[in-house]
Amino acid sequence: MIAEAGHYALVLALALALVQSIVPLIGVRLSEPTLMGVAGSTAIAQFAFALFAFGALTVAYVVSDFSVVNVFENSHSAKPLIYKITGVWGNHEGSMLLWVLILALFSALVAIFGTNLPSVLRSLVLAVQGWIASAFYLFILVTSNPFLRITDPPIEGRDLNPVLQDIGLAVHPPMLYLGYVGFSISFSFAIAALIEGRIGAAWARWVRPWTLLAWIFLTLGIAMGSYWAYYELGWGGWWFWDPVENASLMPWLAGTALLHSAVVMEKRDALKIWTILLAILAFSLSLLGTFLVRSGVLTSVHAFATDPTRGVFILAILCIFIGGSLALYAWRAPELTQGGLFAPISREGALVLNNLLLTTACATVFVGTLYPLALETLTGEKISVGAPFFNLTFGPLFVALLLAVPFGPMLAWKRGDILGAAQRLVAAGLCALLALALVLAWTRGGAVLAPLAIALAVFVIIGAVSDLTEKAGLFRFAPRVSLRRAVGLPRSIWGTAFAHAGLGVALLGIVCETSWNSERIASVKTGEVVAVGDYEARLDGLVQRQGPNYREQVARFSISRDGKPVGELSPSKRSFSARGASTTEAALFTSGFSQLYISLGEQNADGSIAVRAYHKPLVLLIWFGAVMMAFGGALSLSDRRLRVGAPKPARNKQRLQPAE
Amino acid sequence: MTRKQRRLVLIGSALTVLAIAAALVLNALRDSIVFFSTPTMAAEKSIKPGQRFRLGGLVQPGSLVHGEQLQVKFAITDGNASLPVVFTGILPDLFREGQGVISEGALDAAGVFKADTVLAKHDETYMPKDVADALKKQGHWKAEDAQKAKDAKAATPERAVR
Repeated sequence: MIAEAGHYALVLALALALVQSIVPLIGVRLSEPTLMGVAGSTAIAQFAFALFAFGALTVAYVVSDFSVVNVFENSHSAKPLIYKITGVWGNHEGSMLLWVLILALFSALVAIFGTNLPSVLRSLVLAVQGWIASAFYLFILVTSNPFLRITDPPIEGRDLNPVLQDIGLAVHPPMLYLGYVGFSISFSFAIAALIEGRIGAAWARWVRPWTLLAWIFLTLGIAMGSYWAYYELGWGGWWFWDPVENASLMPWLAGTALLHSAVVMEKRDALKIWTILLAILAFSLSLLGTFLVRSGVLTSVHAFATDPTRGVFILAILCIFIGGSLALYAWRAPELTQGGLFAPISREGALVLNNLLLTTACATVFVGTLYPLALETLTGEKISVGAPFFNLTFGPLFVALLLAVPFGPMLAWKRGDILGAAQRLVAAGLCALLALALVLAWTRGGAVLAPLAIALAVFVIIGAVSDLTEKAGLFRFAPRVSLRRAVGLPRSIWGTAFAHAGLGVALLGIVCETSWNSERIASVKTGEVVAVGDYEARLDGLVQRQGPNYREQVARFSISRDGKPVGELSPSKRSFSARGASTTEAALFTSGFSQLYISLGEQNADGSIAVRAYHKPLVLLIWFGAVMMAFGGALSLSDRRLRVGAPKPARNKQRLQPAE
Repeated sequence: MTRKQRRLVLIGSALTVLAIAAALVLNALRDSIVFFSTPTMAAEKSIKPGQRFRLGGLVQPGSLVHGEQLQVKFAITDGNASLPVVFTGILPDLFREGQGVISEGALDAAGVFKADTVLAKHDETYMPKDVADALKKQGHWKAEDAQKAKDAKAATPERAVR
């Protein structure tokens, strides 16, 4: 029953989405407030039904109702409860359901919090959200219904793909989708602005926080996915320039550009047309990511099932939305009014440069990801574009971007002083040179460019710090005064500094990991030792263990550093009988930001076992940097200006808010 | 500066960045892409030793030999031709004889494929898409294989990097 109810709720959600996409438009056309008002209530009701459908599927998973095909194919009664729940989105149908649920959530949020928006803008935005939602509800109902029944229900399910039975998977897809789908809000705002033919102050004030919110989740989602791949797949890699990884990186790059151009628009009323284009691009790339990952054109852990009708359906959605929005853009954008003037060297100029580099870097990732697909379709020739391509194209562009990052916040709006900015960055430059000298003096081996890259990372980090000290007036005022000034700085300034420093921190991690990572692969017997970096891992023995839905072979290692024992590690190999598949569970020993990583290979006939051990110096900085960026975003989001600055119609409500 | 001059500066810098990016992309596409090939195609194209490519096919049954220090030798076949492959390291969990694999590396002077990466899939019914396409083209595709490929769910790529 519950599955049928879920299915029915989904059909009702589609019906509501259709109402939401048409009625408000008629309302806007006829200037009829009642019809426009329909948008808000349908958006909220639609979210309720989508939530019900999602809840129904979750219940089917939790009670292991194997008469539902989707549950049968992806669950097992012996699976721990947490993986029964996360299994809901560990498959194609369920993950699409999560996608629309998040879309409906964002629409509902606009409906609830958007009461201070001009009513025409609000109803247009919700109508566009309705179009997207309708398309995806149709997609789910027509090609990927998660509620289908089996006529002859089996007793046991086929279990979830073992590599997906991990806590990382519990978090990664919802985060990523909050990011992907969050860009639909800025997209809807852009389309609404194009339809309406004007962009006002409310537009910029609204788009920026929503973009920021989506960007924070996307950043965390990408970082989480990368960390999951690092520890779960067992080969110690954290980024492989795999097409599915690129599919999430492209919206991130476009979203980062959008975030920065929206600042210009909000503060200076310039770059309007460009911001609209970026908003369209960011969501288009999110859709493209969904297409690449879900259609089966790529074979990867994300391509759950290959069914040509699904690919064609998503491709159709893609073409309609991207083609349609770009056509609308070409038609309407020239009518939007031009904004304020600025000199090439100014804060605006720096942000334009940031946008240029980010979008170009995004374009190179786009080429590298889609070129092999295009070539195969056109000529039948199969090629693979891997890390070397991206290192040669994306790398230089990002280096240029990072060099420019500390200068941006130092420049004044309208007309900046590049020499002045450079003077304020002398400290950062000196620190970078010092870092360069230290690295050159202390390390041997590694890539030639590594010390330079570390210097660049230090420059970015200290550059972000000097922006704060500069604005707080450290060394210019008494320490107490400058401390008070620092506390009083707008949170968005702190946010900028954190996010920019996070970039440098991540770069530091990336460079140290790739240049000084040591690796050892050996075949060891009980009592033998593998040495890697400063560490020695002695195999104490092999144990068999029975998990809830798997058997595992655990190897116990005692770890010593410079002869002193520091801990134990037990990597394991799990075999899941339901799928006949096995996974490698790596074991990690963390010391500061560095990690010792041990994963197991095959056991040989003579009782020895293949072991892969890595010492990865400062590897955690990669994800720590990403978390810092997200934290910076959150700080910026909590900025006073975004909370209380927007005009509100109800005066008495405003008075009730606590004073800041 | 007038509005026009400012716009020229903007457009000029945009074009410069784009031109640099285009040059980088073209340069990288020339040097760093890797072609996919089956043993038959490799023999036809007479690939030079040292040139990197991806070799795909089935692991020839009976060809897998474990050597010293985690070295493994096996042959990749597509039914018509086969190529000996040497790899040092840990093979993916689902590497088995008779299964589809893709390995990346280059031929040495003796015509042995030195692989530094071996890709296999977690699911035993799975065959890498490139391999399946190539086998289909050469007429070694059986109906039950197609059924298997259709049934394949949640195939997970697995990588072994030396």
